[in-house]
Amino acid sequence: MPILTRLWIKTALVYFVLALLLGILLAGQCAGLIHLPVQSLFPSYIHFLAVGWISQLIIGVVFWMFPKYTQANPRRSEGLGWVTYITLNLGLLLRLVGEPLHATTNAAWAGWLMAASALLLLIAGTAFVINTWGRVKEK
Amino acid sequence: MPRLSAWFIRASLIYLLMGFTLGALLLANNGVEFMPSAWALLPAHVEFTLVGWIVQLALGTAYWILPRHTNGPARGSLALGWASFGLFNLGILLAASSGLLPGTFQLAGRILQMLAAGLLAVLFWPRVKAYGL
Repeated sequence: MPILTRLWIKTALVYFVLALLLGILLAGQCAGLIHLPVQSLFPSYIHFLAVGWISQLIIGVVFWMFPKYTQANPRRSEGLGWVTYITLNLGLLLRLVGEPLHATTNAAWAGWLMAASALLLLIAGTAFVINTWGRVKEK
Repeated sequence: MPRLSAWFIRASLIYLLMGFTLGALLLANNGVEFMPSAWALLPAHVEFTLVGWIVQLALGTAYWILPRHTNGPARGSLALGWASFGLFNLGILLAASSGLLPGTFQLAGRILQMLAAGLLAVLFWPRVKAYGL
């Protein structure tokens, strides 16, 4: 499988484990066993599962298995693939840092981290759709 | 891939864009408030991302790659397939209208999604089979 697919799938597996780790922290707090302000990690928990794990796994498999764009360029643009990989993961990590910091400090710069994360995730989604659209071919 | 799969997958890519756009608005607004009413978009963000993107991509791919019938139409009734596509997507739009339309519209959306799921289960069920059958 292509290097980008291997990266997407392995990174997705890491997010799967990280999401469940966040789930343990959140459940531990609910049970009164963990005394940390972790409530603000709930959105990251959901997004690590829905975006970091499931969506990223899908993206990796789509890039690998969908019909070829052309014989010369079977996966259309490797560049757009790298843009998707980097912006998606940077966006998720910025969110993991920015959201709890903003919730606990209310600092403006932490809010801007969240805005940057939002922009990166939107770029990731757009780059993936642009690269994939032409490979959805009827036969 | 068959035409119906291409439509399911294209629709899922459109929902990915819509879901990520709404999610970006919500996240950015949570950090740097510029749209106080943004939280009204949350139900649509969730519906578009989870059902419109992830579930719909899985449905389109399943219709494409599950084992085909050896007799008759290779992937079962086309009419049932297109009906499920229409019902499912109308259901997503109605279910995403929480906060914009009365609750009966979301209920109607869920019913349409369930009918689509039933039709797809009828189509997919006989295609889940052992080798050589």
